[in-house]
Amino acid sequence: MSASVRIKTLKIDGMDVSARGNESVLQVARENGIFIPSLCYVDGLKPVGACRLCLIEVAGINKLLPACTTEVWEGMVVSTDSERLRKYRRLILELIFSERNHVCSVCVSNNYCELQSLAQKLGMTHISVPYRYPSKKVDASHERFVMDHNRCIVCTRCVRVCDEIEGAHTWDLMGRGIDTRVISDLNQAWGESDSCTSCGKCVQVCPTGALYEKGKSSSEMKKEIEFLPYLTALREGKR
Amino acid sequence: MTTEELLHLAQEEKENQEKHECCIRVCTAAGCLSAQSNLILDALKEEVKKQGLEEKCLVKSVGCMGPCCAGPVVYIEPDRVMYAQVQPSDVPEIVQSLGKTPVERLNYSMQTPFFTSQRKIVLENCGLIDPENIHDYILADGYGALLHVLTQSSPPEVIDEVVRSGLRGRGGAGYPTGLKWSTVAKAHEEKKYVVCNADEGDPGAFMDRSILESDPHRVLEGMTIAAYAAGASHGFVYVRAEYPLAIKRLQIAIKQAERNGFLGNKICGTPFNFDIEVRLGAGAFVCGEETALIASIEGKRGMPRPRPPYPAQEGVWGYPTLINNVETYANVAPIIRNGADWFTEIGTEKSKGTKVFALAGRVQNTGLIEVEMGTSLRKIVYDIGGGIPGEAEYKAVQTGGPSGGCIPKEHLDTPVDYESLTQLGSIMGSGGMIVMDGRSCMVDVAKFFMDFCVSESCGKCVPCRVGTAQMYDLLHKITCGKATTDDLDLLETLCDLVKNTSLCGLGQTAPNPVISTLRYFRGEYENHINSRHCEAGVCKIKQAAEVKP
Repeated sequence: MSASVRIKTLKIDGMDVSARGNESVLQVARENGIFIPSLCYVDGLKPVGACRLCLIEVAGINKLLPACTTEVWEGMVVSTDSERLRKYRRLILELIFSERNHVCSVCVSNNYCELQSLAQKLGMTHISVPYRYPSKKVDASHERFVMDHNRCIVCTRCVRVCDEIEGAHTWDLMGRGIDTRVISDLNQAWGESDSCTSCGKCVQVCPTGALYEKGKSSSEMKKEIEFLPYLTALREGKR
Repeated sequence: MTTEELLHLAQEEKENQEKHECCIRVCTAAGCLSAQSNLILDALKEEVKKQGLEEKCLVKSVGCMGPCCAGPVVYIEPDRVMYAQVQPSDVPEIVQSLGKTPVERLNYSMQTPFFTSQRKIVLENCGLIDPENIHDYILADGYGALLHVLTQSSPPEVIDEVVRSGLRGRGGAGYPTGLKWSTVAKAHEEKKYVVCNADEGDPGAFMDRSILESDPHRVLEGMTIAAYAAGASHGFVYVRAEYPLAIKRLQIAIKQAERNGFLGNKICGTPFNFDIEVRLGAGAFVCGEETALIASIEGKRGMPRPRPPYPAQEGVWGYPTLINNVETYANVAPIIRNGADWFTEIGTEKSKGTKVFALAGRVQNTGLIEVEMGTSLRKIVYDIGGGIPGEAEYKAVQTGGPSGGCIPKEHLDTPVDYESLTQLGSIMGSGGMIVMDGRSCMVDVAKFFMDFCVSESCGKCVPCRVGTAQMYDLLHKITCGKATTDDLDLLETLCDLVKNTSLCGLGQTAPNPVISTLRYFRGEYENHINSRHCEAGVCKIKQAAEVKP
């Protein structure tokens, strides 16, 4: 941390909190035990503001802002929970569930899935938008891992961890809009990828059962994401 | 280049052109070119040669003159005659009639409101000068404004002039241009960039293309003045690859400007350096969004990122970047030349100057027009556009493309400016204007634009990626007569969600065509749902009786 970073004070949901000037609202909220739902954000990777679940209301600003990419400022008054925000978050979550084929009971990550736990936390029992049931492929060409596009929510955590932490940049996106999908190298089979180091970081940061270890059966794929904050801290020279 | 040298060049070109008694201008912008005006140009040159009039008569390739529906268009000076829909076989007759009675059957009257009701500032040179000849541009006062600011104004003075003019961004959002310039100018960085957004992608819009094809130097001059004011030394024109002629003329213009010392090092003999590079878009509509455009310039996938930081702070490769639209830059030189006060007298209180529109759809005169801000829609549709052809009645005018909305009959007298159009649930947008009559089904129109947004969404954020696809499915269901009122409720809920939670402007405005058609034509939606009937007869809904058991 450079010496020029200033400490700011702000209010989140009526609670006075302090923060470093370069921190995001989401980080500060979490430090203070305030829950803001999110799926694309993960501590240790660059925030992208893509899932839109962490939208917050800030006094004096008309638009809703993503907590993950909004830096704090002095005197900021943040509201992380309101009728309107709950409605939007719920609907966004429903859209994610409707987009591909999320069938929890047969999923390797059942009980360990961030999408599933978020739905439970927000009290979601059914969705109001029609399921799209797209036909998506499964790439099991890698010797240790599997990519199941049916369960991918395009949060790009795998893309970012591979690029920012592992430095391989095996993953990227292809296609537009609803057809956007994660690809390895130049849209090759994962097993044929030249750049993949088989480190498995992408598998561990994946919030759902889209990326998993071969051989894992239903409800067996627990993700170990703890390595990421550890690596980040090491790189910053804190340990 | 000094003022004297510039005047000398202009004088030379003037003498060169005045050697000819008459000048035949042929539009070779994309509209007329698609009607093979290149053949007319060649045939005219040939015929002039054949009749031995080479000394007397100059045949010139020019840009867009406006009435694209009448193309290929030929204009003759000093006879002041415009010929429409000229065929190569008409050429001998045209050349013979020079200075005599015009060919009546081809004559296109210029005394109609289409010409007399317009006010041209941005397009003043379009259709007059040869876009591939810098001297022709110099003769039309070109590069005078640049020379003036470089030699006589400080950057803050230039910014002050633009601020006082009240010029607002012509890309659609209407952000004050002067404010943007001063923000970039204030940034203390070793490098700064100036970018021209020419990634025009709205269906039915061709303003930026026409400007680049007809008067590319005007845009380069505007950019160079902006670079001087903001302290930038490198510029990009981001133009879509689907505009090959615009790209070609832009590249020719850049080369000519470099050769004449209007671009490059020590511009006009001053210490100011600035160069411009052309970057081609690969056909993504979202790259018109400034942060996606910047990513694309950097060679990355064109995906928007949250703002702030705004490009003025962190733009191309993290450096402060000034991004304006083609038309905005094209307004700069006349403002400098005539002064901010002159500009503020044109237009309305909050929207100064003029706006270029690409008038399309069900009107008599389609083409490129420029009107003073505050002109009523009625005047544009009925006077300039010449009204609706045939028996059909006006239904709506769509402005702002997939981000805009449809404006019905009862609001035809609304003055066209940023605020009024926003109030009506549409937007000014970059200038696409599509007129629709009774033969258009508004649900189908909304579906068309939603289809566009589905395929142009970049896929980054959930509301836009999935929301637009869900909305399209619902609209499709309605046009098939299979929807219920619950579906309509869900459609409205999704509109609200996508509008308020999407990451960038594309998503935030994607529901606008649905919201505005629901606002003014809700009855049509309900008819599709309740009576399974499409008034316009566009949606082929099978009635219960037709469905075989």
